[in-house]
Amino acid sequence: MTDVLVCIKRVVDSTGEVVLTDDGQAVDGRYAGFTTSNHEECAVELAVQVAGATGGQASVLTLGDADAVEQLRSALAVGCTAATHVEADPARFGPADVAREIAAVVRDHEAAGHPHDLVLLGNDAADSGDFQVGIRLAYELGWPVVNGVATVRVEDAPDGQSVVASGDGPEGHETYRVPLPAVVTVLEGGVEPRYPTVPGRMKAKKVAIEQRTPTAEPIGPKRVRLLLPPPAPSNVQVLGKGADAAPAVVDLLEQLGVLAR
Amino acid sequence: MAEVPATARVVVIGAGIVGNSLVHHLARLGWRDIVQIDKGALPNPGGSTGHASNFIFPVDHSREITDLTLDSVRQYREMGVFTQSGGFELARTPERMEELRRRMSSAKAWGIESELVSPDVVKEKVPFIETDQFIGAFWTPSVGVVDSLRAGTIMREQALAAGALTVVPTVEVVGLDTEEGADGRRRITRVRTSGGDIEAEHVVIACGVWSPKIGDMAGISIPLTPAVHQMISVGPCPQLAEREGEISFPIIRDMDTFCYERQHGADMEVGSYAHRAILHEPEDIPSIEQAKLSPTEMPFTSDDFDPQLEQAYELMPELLGAEGAEMRYAINGLLSLTCDGNPILGESLVSGLWTAAAVWIKEGPGVGRAVAEWMTHGHSEIDVSASDIARFHPHQMRREHTRLRTTEAFIKTYGIIHPAEQYESDRDQRLAPMHESEKKLGAFFYETAGWERPHWYESNAGLLEVYGDAVMPREHEWDARWWSPIINAEHLRMREAAGVIDLTAFCVFDIVGPAALEAVQRTCVAQCDVAVGKVVYTPVLDPKGGFRSDLTVMRLGEQHFRVVTGGAHGMADRKWFGDQLAQVTGGDPATTLTDLTSEVSTIGLWGPRARDILASLTSDDVSDTGFGFLTCREITVGGVTVLASRISYVGELGWELYVPFGSAAELWDKLLDAGAPHGAVPVGIGVYGTTGRIEKGYRAFGYELDGERTIVEAGMQRPKVKAADFVGREAYLRQRALLDSGEAPAAVLCTMTVDDHTSASGVKRYMLGGEPILTRDGGTLTDGHGHHPYVTSAGSAPSLGKHLLMAYLPPEEAVLGNQLAVSYMEELYPVTVASVDATGLLDPTNERIR
Repeated sequence: MTDVLVCIKRVVDSTGEVVLTDDGQAVDGRYAGFTTSNHEECAVELAVQVAGATGGQASVLTLGDADAVEQLRSALAVGCTAATHVEADPARFGPADVAREIAAVVRDHEAAGHPHDLVLLGNDAADSGDFQVGIRLAYELGWPVVNGVATVRVEDAPDGQSVVASGDGPEGHETYRVPLPAVVTVLEGGVEPRYPTVPGRMKAKKVAIEQRTPTAEPIGPKRVRLLLPPPAPSNVQVLGKGADAAPAVVDLLEQLGVLAR
Repeated sequence: MAEVPATARVVVIGAGIVGNSLVHHLARLGWRDIVQIDKGALPNPGGSTGHASNFIFPVDHSREITDLTLDSVRQYREMGVFTQSGGFELARTPERMEELRRRMSSAKAWGIESELVSPDVVKEKVPFIETDQFIGAFWTPSVGVVDSLRAGTIMREQALAAGALTVVPTVEVVGLDTEEGADGRRRITRVRTSGGDIEAEHVVIACGVWSPKIGDMAGISIPLTPAVHQMISVGPCPQLAEREGEISFPIIRDMDTFCYERQHGADMEVGSYAHRAILHEPEDIPSIEQAKLSPTEMPFTSDDFDPQLEQAYELMPELLGAEGAEMRYAINGLLSLTCDGNPILGESLVSGLWTAAAVWIKEGPGVGRAVAEWMTHGHSEIDVSASDIARFHPHQMRREHTRLRTTEAFIKTYGIIHPAEQYESDRDQRLAPMHESEKKLGAFFYETAGWERPHWYESNAGLLEVYGDAVMPREHEWDARWWSPIINAEHLRMREAAGVIDLTAFCVFDIVGPAALEAVQRTCVAQCDVAVGKVVYTPVLDPKGGFRSDLTVMRLGEQHFRVVTGGAHGMADRKWFGDQLAQVTGGDPATTLTDLTSEVSTIGLWGPRARDILASLTSDDVSDTGFGFLTCREITVGGVTVLASRISYVGELGWELYVPFGSAAELWDKLLDAGAPHGAVPVGIGVYGTTGRIEKGYRAFGYELDGERTIVEAGMQRPKVKAADFVGREAYLRQRALLDSGEAPAAVLCTMTVDDHTSASGVKRYMLGGEPILTRDGGTLTDGHGHHPYVTSAGSAPSLGKHLLMAYLPPEEAVLGNQLAVSYMEELYPVTVASVDATGLLDPTNERIR
């Protein structure tokens, strides 16, 4: 019966070319649309899996503008059953601000008789890439934290429940077991996030979202501006034309391991 | 970086379904040195073709669109990329069921096999559908899906194999250069691209949603807007996965929720036209690099789609809710919409610069063929005049107009559209000088070419009592929608006394100069080398002898002609005259074409008392001897100088009075005042456009007359053909020679009376146009073209107490007294052939006009 809270952020989809806003403070989502990062999609999937495996529940939280409800609904459509929206302009909130706001939600939920056992986050946000919120949140709550793992499961231990989190570290594959409550940040790659189903999407539409306002004025991200890296050099090699190119293509596919040699 | 050839005979911009079919048909028709470019990579350069749902329902209420679709299906079948699936259009409401009955009319008229079926029949073929969600369906077995990308590749490869084509993908157009041509008009010279410049004689803009941006580079307006069509794909659905192939279940169009469900392998695609209109500007479409999927697959906005998702789920809960079925793909796909829903085809005002845009998958290959024929011969086999880029008036070329009209029309994509339905947005663009007076008279305005035209006047409601049942009231709401019995009351009053009609919407242009006579003679069928002061009614033909227009020409001087034509087709007529003039003068500016539409208003005065009314306002001689039929001259009416022309489109004695805008309101008031003691009333276009003309058997362009009809079929041939050459003369002479040799034309335009209007329910029904004509017992008729007769115009003939229908019949059926039937809302009504030529049923010897 693990109660999981997963935290997500509405960000611009960056699978295409990244375009910055004119003031250089954010990524322009006009063309690409908005999503949550791959890390967070995996975190949502893990939250739903843990809730399913333990008979618990997965809730989703975001700090963002009014449009961020779209991302909450997407998480609800794939299996989360409750959602909290801290409505605020995310550009004005730095990592310390966000960690403080999440901690406030966790404490308030506990005070209201609904404690969370496990908080999952993405390893880092796709747009700002600060890598800080998970650790700061754990510090605020006084909970243990594991960063950058690919899989998460909850086990019963003699002294209560613990979370088993594993992923690739610099020295090889690492597995951590920490008692709950705990904070874990997730790197993409360990699970395949599911797509929403039609009934799931319809159910998500009907969930009442808890609306909150920030508890304090933000310190801010202290960001000067974003800069785009120079375009990656493209090294195109033409393998040939028509049927004559076939042997070269086969060679390449073999090199890549797509075809057996 | 790809490089383009330095020269080409024709450059086709775009490698979607339209550009690809165009290069194929140009090559087939003998064109060589064709260069096709696209900014994307092949075979899917990223335009609307790449994300199309690719299904085709052939039945449309428009004959032009249906013919283009049927031609496209034929081509897709020949290429082996068509898979027939059948398709159902569902009705959830009785109103929709009635619309499906109307669809049956169109299916029969265009010769497409369809039938109305019960929900159980749908369930037999689509077992996962919930039959309690709908009450009936329209089944068309020939519905199917195509592989439009494969078709494009095949067509491109055929042109390549013929040695006719060079294809250069991944180059972007950065400019179009024009210069003043030898004929004095701007012409295209060069396409500038990111891969170099191409000198070209002809350029075709066939790049879908980007077309307006490219058109702007040459200063031409291509008024379409990119608009979102939402689509999701749900799967894998076990019910679908167990069948082989792309599609094995019929496609469902859920008409009342504006959704469709189309199988695609193991997935079900659900598409919607129910959401708010989401429009984009062509400049705001992302580049290929910026786009996540492709430039025309925009990020999905799920909130807009949620209501449709629920409706789709109600219809197919077991399928869409199946274990493991997920929404794996969802897009806001961009497609092109126009202010009137038709494509944008043909040569622009820049010579040599053509357009083929705002075309859907179902019309693509047909449009490619039609435009290629048009570029080659000057006309196409399928009449595409309703899609001619020349049709747009200046107010329609504003992006604002396109935006407002498409926003209004988007929700009607699957809507129930009455044939007379008027747009509500962006009205009041062009107001007649007497508009204020008309509003006070309670005018009910229809729009033509941006003009607000009174269709009838509430001020005449009192006449309903005067004429009683002679106004032929209509009991059924659909038949009476966008109609009023006041129209028929105005008609009777005009025939009895007189009517004053605002005809400001006429398109009026003067051709003046040494080449004026030659240009007019070359354009018109009728003899226009007439005495100054004569008025000539004339057909205008294309080179194959089909109608381009019918209009009036006045000779105002030795070198001065005035052309008067309908507003709706006026811009296309003006371009056609301009084209002919340029051919004649070769660019000599001494002869000019000047549009006077916004300077000259026209007021019609017709009826047995018209002469008395006019005489009371003028000292000029307006007697029959002093002012003969088909003559014109300046007279002074109530102190206002007007050009009066004695002609009639309603079969009455009377005049068209051409008056400067500044004096038109004054003249209007004077005519109404002077007419009142004679019983004259203001009369709307309901009389002028329908009841008045149909009693006289007068034909209307766009209804009886179009590019697929000939003078002989329309029964409008005169005893002689002028000696001077004119466009279409050879074809016309051939048609006449065949007739003289005793060979019947392929079809004959006839007028029929409806003998009994009583439906099975007892309610009397009145046809509105477009209905199929059948044998008395419901059998199919087929004319010499292989077409089936349908009603081109329908309307009350209050002076005859009859409802009249016009239709082209097979020659053996075009016999006076022949008893046939019309099918309306799936019931048969008896009709009788009452005229087999242009002879009017009212006053066949034209006594009243004299």
